[in-house]
Amino acid sequence: MTTTTKGSAVLTLPTDTEILVTREFNAPREQVWRVLTEPDLIRRWWAGQRGTVTEATVDLRVGGAWRYVMTANDGFEVAFHGEYHEIAAPERMTHTEVFEGMTDGDSEPSLNHYTLTEHDGRTTLTVRTVVSSKDVRDMIIATGMEGGMQEGYDLVEELAVELAAA
Amino acid sequence: MARAATTTDAFNAVAEPRRREILDALAGGELAVGDLVELLGLAQPQVSKHLRVLREVGLVDVRDDGRRRLYRVNGAPLQAVHDWVSRYERLWNERFDLMDDVLDELGTQRPTDAGTGQGD
Repeated sequence: MTTTTKGSAVLTLPTDTEILVTREFNAPREQVWRVLTEPDLIRRWWAGQRGTVTEATVDLRVGGAWRYVMTANDGFEVAFHGEYHEIAAPERMTHTEVFEGMTDGDSEPSLNHYTLTEHDGRTTLTVRTVVSSKDVRDMIIATGMEGGMQEGYDLVEELAVELAAA
Repeated sequence: MARAATTTDAFNAVAEPRRREILDALAGGELAVGDLVELLGLAQPQVSKHLRVLREVGLVDVRDDGRRRLYRVNGAPLQAVHDWVSRYERLWNERFDLMDDVLDELGTQRPTDAGTGQGD
């Protein structure tokens, strides 16, 4: 009895330093929370179709650390880690996120805010990513995506809005 | 790696909103600089500057038609932008679609006396 829509996430850019992704799930909030925070469940979705999750470490308490690692289908490893700043199950969670694959080491952390609201047994998840400064954003542009990151996000937004309207 | 200069690739070229407007205008067919000045309400030197950037990354071509120079879009360099954007968009959607699968399973595994999922 699935009434979810494939590919229905909407990505927008509220400000120059924020990325907002919204998606509805056909499940109560408690379950969405579990999927977002339990390692055995995280392993099954975090890599998408692009690889296999090889590590999903979750120490779910304020100050606790998390680390996800995936082996991409092309063979290389992609790793992220961070620290929990706020946990209010099953409603809100805030954690930092660091990408370990920058050419000169780890990226500066971004701050990811998760908000789950439930209505009629369905849950709307929003993930708001805030980069800490313009310097961080410029660094991301300079290394990871080589000029494409922020510019790409603008286009992602346009595309996402188009997809959402289709 | 040093930061890419403004003019090195299509990503940077289309980051500037006016350049996207120029591409949009040219999508309807060939235009001269004067036409773009009129359509976009920009000063001629600005339009020329943007056109130069777009030419350097190969997004517009130019040809002489008598005394006029006509510009037209060459969409090929945009493929890289499209590919990159699609990957990012797809990753999020793939993750969420897989979350749907996991949630469906959790739903069927729920004990029958667990109520309607209202929590406590």
